[in-house]
Order: sequence, then structure tokens, then C-alpha cells
Amino acid sequence: MAAPPAAMMDGVWRERDTSPAAIEAAIRRLLGEAHAANSAYVPARVMNLVCIVDKQWSGEIANRLRRVGRLHPSRTVVVEVEPRRTTLDAVATVAGPAETKPGDFAVLRETVIVTCGPQHLAHVDTIVDPLVVTDLSTMVWAPHGHDEAVDALRHLSQIVLLDSVADPDVDEALQRASDLSDELYVVDLAWLRSTPWRERIAATFDPAPVRGDLKLLSGLQIRHHPDSAAAALLVVGWLGSRLGWELSPLVTRAGNGATRSGTAHGKRQDVKVKLVADPSMSVPGLAGVTLESASGRTLRFDRGEGGLRAHYRRTVRGGADVEREWTVLGASRGESGILGEGIRQALLRDPTYGPALEAALVLAG
Amino acid sequence: MSEAPENPLAKGLERLPVHPTVLVIFGATGDLAKRKLLPALYNLAHEGALPERFHLIGVSRREKAHEDFAAEAAEAIRSFSRREPDEKVLEALLAEAKYVPGTFDDESVYRGLKEQLDAFDEAAGQPLNRAFYLSTAPEFFPVIVEALGNEELTKAAGEREVRVIIEKPFGTTLAEAQDLNQRVLSVLDESQVFRIDHYLGKETVQNMLAFRFANSMFEPLFNRNFIDNVQITASEDIGIGTRAGYYDHAGALRDLVQNHMLQLLTLLCMEPPVDFSADEVRSEKVKVLHSIRPPHRDATFRARYGPGTAAGEDVPGYLQEDGVPADSHTETYAALRLHVENWRWAGVPFYLRTGKRLARKVTEIAVTFKPVPHLAFGSEGSVGVKPNQLIFTMQPNEGVSMSLGAKIPGTRMRIRPVNMEFLYGTAFMSQSPEAYERLIMDAMRGDATLFTRNDEVEAQWRIIDPVVRRWEDEAETLVEYPSGSQGPPEANELLLGDDEWRAI
Repeated sequence: MAAPPAAMMDGVWRERDTSPAAIEAAIRRLLGEAHAANSAYVPARVMNLVCIVDKQWSGEIANRLRRVGRLHPSRTVVVEVEPRRTTLDAVATVAGPAETKPGDFAVLRETVIVTCGPQHLAHVDTIVDPLVVTDLSTMVWAPHGHDEAVDALRHLSQIVLLDSVADPDVDEALQRASDLSDELYVVDLAWLRSTPWRERIAATFDPAPVRGDLKLLSGLQIRHHPDSAAAALLVVGWLGSRLGWELSPLVTRAGNGATRSGTAHGKRQDVKVKLVADPSMSVPGLAGVTLESASGRTLRFDRGEGGLRAHYRRTVRGGADVEREWTVLGASRGESGILGEGIRQALLRDPTYGPALEAALVLAG
Repeated sequence: MSEAPENPLAKGLERLPVHPTVLVIFGATGDLAKRKLLPALYNLAHEGALPERFHLIGVSRREKAHEDFAAEAAEAIRSFSRREPDEKVLEALLAEAKYVPGTFDDESVYRGLKEQLDAFDEAAGQPLNRAFYLSTAPEFFPVIVEALGNEELTKAAGEREVRVIIEKPFGTTLAEAQDLNQRVLSVLDESQVFRIDHYLGKETVQNMLAFRFANSMFEPLFNRNFIDNVQITASEDIGIGTRAGYYDHAGALRDLVQNHMLQLLTLLCMEPPVDFSADEVRSEKVKVLHSIRPPHRDATFRARYGPGTAAGEDVPGYLQEDGVPADSHTETYAALRLHVENWRWAGVPFYLRTGKRLARKVTEIAVTFKPVPHLAFGSEGSVGVKPNQLIFTMQPNEGVSMSLGAKIPGTRMRIRPVNMEFLYGTAFMSQSPEAYERLIMDAMRGDATLFTRNDEVEAQWRIIDPVVRRWEDEAETLVEYPSGSQGPPEANELLLGDDEWRAI
């Protein structure tokens, strides 16, 4: 059973009008003090997460990060951008569980919050560089835009975390992800939201006798949150890139229940593609997927309680259609779970996102 | 016959597709099922890792309705799951769970089971894979397998695969293990049999292979030229609790050494396999086992715990535990010195020890390197240079550490050992899944890499069986060590030269 949240020990240092060198020295001192007070305390050494946020939304981002639970990076550097600020203020915290068991160890996590002004962003790398742990991977996340800061940090990062559905302009969001992926490994939350759907589609066609049906796919409909067209495009892009479809831009019809539709050309079969916005969907991501094959089979997955609800129908010539329904088990991860997954994925490499993204760009036109 | 092309959609997915499966647990109301198997299934369901279509059937002696079984399973999951269950997933997992009551030698149980399995196939419109998990007392393993065979439930048909997962112990002697293998393999093909050793499902155990074969800096040193000795320790700070019935028949040697500890030894000593397919890995492990002769009498030692103090409390000795016969000769501590007689390891002693009611719970492998050939530093004023040690810790703090000699700050050249540590908990964000989660998935997927093959089990018994028989024949009074201690000092006698046991 999950334990209730444990009491925390934390060492805090703060200074106004400070410098990166002073902050770095303070973290080292806090770590040393924690270890001297209790040798069970050891620093986590997983990766650095650098967040560039608007100061007014900094608390909300802190809450989101707090909710990711165990999937926490070891050192988090939050750069808060405050209009009209000219100096740097900083707070450094080293925190760990208040109680440790004899012979056990307790992991310390380090958080640095640096408040700066917009003029600092073009060279924010000179502030962040001394604050990240050398030899650990560094991931940058800028949920409120601040592209210039991300660009300034490219040379000291290996990973960028983004959410393609956060930008109202789908084409621009996908283009930005593509640009970044030239230099960095992109972890896209929109892509991660589609993981269970991609897994289920892959599982459907995994048994050897039905694998051939992939070539017979004739229809693909994806229902999505009105703001999550990028996620739907990525799934179509994934299927297209994996199955070698020839893709062209989809035609967009705006409005309530907006759609994008078109035809992808498979090696043996054209595939009618339709993306439909579902205004009843309350969270970002996909609401459902329907796959049709030229052999008369239709498989539909929809969000449901306790997992995805699957519905299968096979048309039988001269007889009654065969229909089946079942639940594909799985818990909803929620938005905090998605962010946690994004942080975890930073240290893995998914070879299928890049081709899916390029294909999605073609579909987006 | 041409093979089906690879599934192009599986690339890049962390959770590879698994064929729709019905899992049948024999002994579904037992302790292992409640504490480990059902919670493992829930966690797999929670993560969306179970097959797209999955059904559970419980088989056990007591009469009960399907709904009662589902309710009891839900309660077990709520009590023992590593995460708080999502009630909707839990409900969906158990909504169609079925229960077949009866004794394992009763033919009607298997007819009832067949009806249920056929009904699931019918509802799915396809033949579902079948995985039978034997979580029962070992005497029922052959009974169940033969009964499944008689009812033709073990036959793969078309796309359907049938697999049988067998819990330990796989025999209590070599003869029993051979007999069990013979009976099981008269019904099943070896590729259908998955013998569980749950140690192999632990991340740190698997990490030994990564550590050895993914790092060029250590593997060149892993041989008799650089390694002085190896100690494998599996100590527990608790006594036998309520398990006297099982433990007094098993003893420390059968409980841990014959299976888990020999598995650790094979992973440490095996040659790099051609690839990490099940048979390549297991063939290399079997070669190691074939290189080990049963230890001589002076290379074995046994003892049992006497009264003592644990965590500040007085605790009884083994003979005073509930359910232990007064004339018991069962060991709660076993130590062996083994030699792997091959080109790589000739002359390196491997010390294995396990015990209950020792000072601390720890499972580790300590590899001690040979000392440097010439010491230019004096040791006056310090503990001096010690041989390097590489420690793989399985519990409690999973990780790898290495001791090195380092200069003590100051004006003189004084050396003392320091540690470099890699702790899983500090370097990875993911919580390790329970060993059973990994093993159940692997079995459903048909990947036998982390399961013990028939020749492996028998090779393990060939090493241990002579010691078991000798200890049974010799009704000597066992040495007692105080509970909460480092173990019996007499165990030092099997150490060679200046070797010392590492502190527990």
C-alpha cells in the first residue's frame, strides 16, 4: 500500500542580488551539512531539470513537479522570469526524508529557484551552467514559451521537454519540435499521452495471422481533445512512418467538432484518415481510435473506466456481423503522471518519435 | 513454412505486445498468491502491461463462488500491492475472474477448468494462450501437470501457446528433481516449462550481467589472475517465524543455497553469451555449474541459531521456536567453499553462506581482488592498503560499490580504503517492479531467460545433493550461534589462507 507522505528535512539558503557562483557554493555547502548531520543522506544523481517559467505561474509549475512523485529529477533549476527585474535572486533547497532507518540511505533532492529579468534570457546559459551537476544529463522545459532561453541552453542540454498540444498553432508546435530535434532529444508530452493507444494498436496486429491486415487498413479515425490535434497527427504520423504510407496534407475544417481529413496511400490500400475534435473531452490527449480494414474488420478503442473499451466488428457476407466488446486494462496516468513519464523518458530513447514527427509535419501541411 | 514478418508497430514500445492469455493459478487462495502473484497482476494491469485480453482463473481446494474469489483477491491486492489500487482497474481486472474448486488430483477440476477455458476462447473468438501457475505444495506439481495433460489442456494449437510456471522448490534432492523433470517433460516440452527462481527477477541480479558485459573496465579483471576470492552472503535478521513446518524439512542449504545462491554464482562466473536469448544465457550458466564439484566435508559447515538478542529484544533459539521438533537436526546456517574448475576461475575460492537470525539482513556478492604486488607506502599510522573489493548488493541498498585505497589528507603518505558507490535509488527514478511482475510477464511472453532450465536444476542438485545426504546421515549435534550475531566462528575453518568473512 502506498505510504502517506513522509515528513521532510530541508536545508535552505537564500540571497538577493546574488551570482551563479554563490548559488553553486551554497548548494555544495547544504549538501555537505546534510551529509555531516546524517551520513545516510546521499545526493540523487539522475539528471538535471532546468525549467524556464513566468514568475507569476511559478507556483503552479512547482505544484506540477511536486505531484510527479518518485519520478523526480535530482537537481531542479527553476529560472523564474519577472518583468522589469534587473538583478538575480535565488533560493536553494536541499531536501530529504526527515527520518532515516539505520543502515539505510536517504536520497537528497536539490532545487534552485533563480529569479531573473527578461533581459537575462538570451544568455541564461551563463546563469544555469554553473548550477547543473556535471556529467548528468540536462533536460530543459519551458512551459510558458521563452524560446530564446531554450535556444540559449541548447549547447548545455541533451534533452528538451515540450508539449506539442500546448501551442494553439499545431503547425508551429510541430515545426518547433522538429527544429529542436536536430540538436536535442525531444520528449513530447503529446506523444507520451498517445502511448497506451499506440501500444494497443500494436498489440491488435501482433498475432502473426492478423499482422497481414496492416496492409489492408482502409480507414483510420482519431477522436481527440479540441486542443490536441497535434497528438492525433503524431499517431497518424507514427502509423504512416511505420507502415510506409505516402502522406499528404490533411484538409482542415474548423469549428466545433473540427476535423482534418485526407487519404494516405499504403502499399496495397489507400487509407481514409479523419481526425475529429471531441468537445466533450475534458483532458488533453486522445478520446478514441477506430481502425477499419478492407477485409471488413473494424476495431474501435475508447476511453473507459479501468482502461480502454475495445469494440470489434467483423462483417460476414450473408450472415450476422460478429461483434465483441472488452476492456483493455490500464489506469489513467493523469496529467501529473504524464509529466512524470516525460521526466522518466528523458533518459530513454524512442526511435519512432522522430519519423512520426516528420510525418505529422507533412500531414499538418 | 515462411515466418510471419515482424510487427512493425512494436518498435520503440517499452511494453511489447503479449498474446491474449488466460492465467490459471493453482493454489490461488494460498499465501504466495495473496502476497505476491495477485498484487503483481494488479500492478501489471495498472500499467497497461497485461495482454489486451486477459482472464484469471483461480483453482484451490475450498468451495467458493466466483464472486467470493474475486472479493478475496481484491482484498489481497489492497493489502499487499506496492501501489494503492485504482478501484476501477481492480474491478475491471477481477470482473470476469473465475474460480474452480477441488483437490488437485480430482479429474473433475480439470474438466471444469477446460469448460471455463473454452468459454473464454469462445467469447474472444480466438484461441487464447494458457499459462498455468503452480503455486502449490511441490508434491502436487507432477499431479497437476499430468492431469492437465490427461485433459489435453497442455497442447499448443494453432496460435495458442501453453506454458506452465512452476514455483520452487523443484525437488528436495537430485533424485526428486530428476523424477519431477521426467514427469513434467513426459507431458510438456521444455520450452513450455518456466521454473521460477524469483531472485532472477530482481533488477540488481540482472544488473550483474549488464555490469559485467556492458563495461569494458571490469571484465578483463574477472578471472583467477586478479581475483583472490568471492563471498556470496544471504543473511536474514529474522527467524523462521511461523514457517517451522516447511523450514524444518528444508533447512538453509535447500532453502537458499541450492537455488538462489548458486544462481548468483553462475551469473558472476559465466562466460559472455553469444546473445541474450534464453538458451544462450542458460547454456553458459550450466557450463559454470558443470565446473563445480560437490564440496568436501571440510569445505562445508552448518549450524543453527540459539537464543540471543535481536533489535534489543531477547529471542528464542531455533529449537524453542513453535513447531520445531525437539530432536531437529535442521541447519539454519550453511556455509560452503566451492571451486569453479575452469580456465577462468581455477584456484579462486567461492565462499557461500546463508543464515537466519544473523546481525543484519543483507544479500551481496563481495569480489576481493588480489593485493598489489609491491607496496611502496608504509602503513604506520593508518589501516594501510587493503585489497580492492567490488560489492554487488541485492538488498537492502541495491547497488554496486568498490573499495579503493586513497591518501588520507595530511603531510604524510598514509592510505586507507574509501568507497565508491552506485546506489540504484540515487541513479534511477523508476521504482523497481516486484520480481514477480517481471517474471509473470516474461512467462506469458514465452521468454525463459530468467527461468531455470531442466539441466540447470539438475546441475545445481548435483553439487548440493551429496552435502544434503551427508548432513542427513550425520546426526551430530549442531553448533549453535547466538541470535543477532555474525554467525558461528567455527565457519572460519572453511576459509583458506588469510581469507576472512566480510562483516554482515
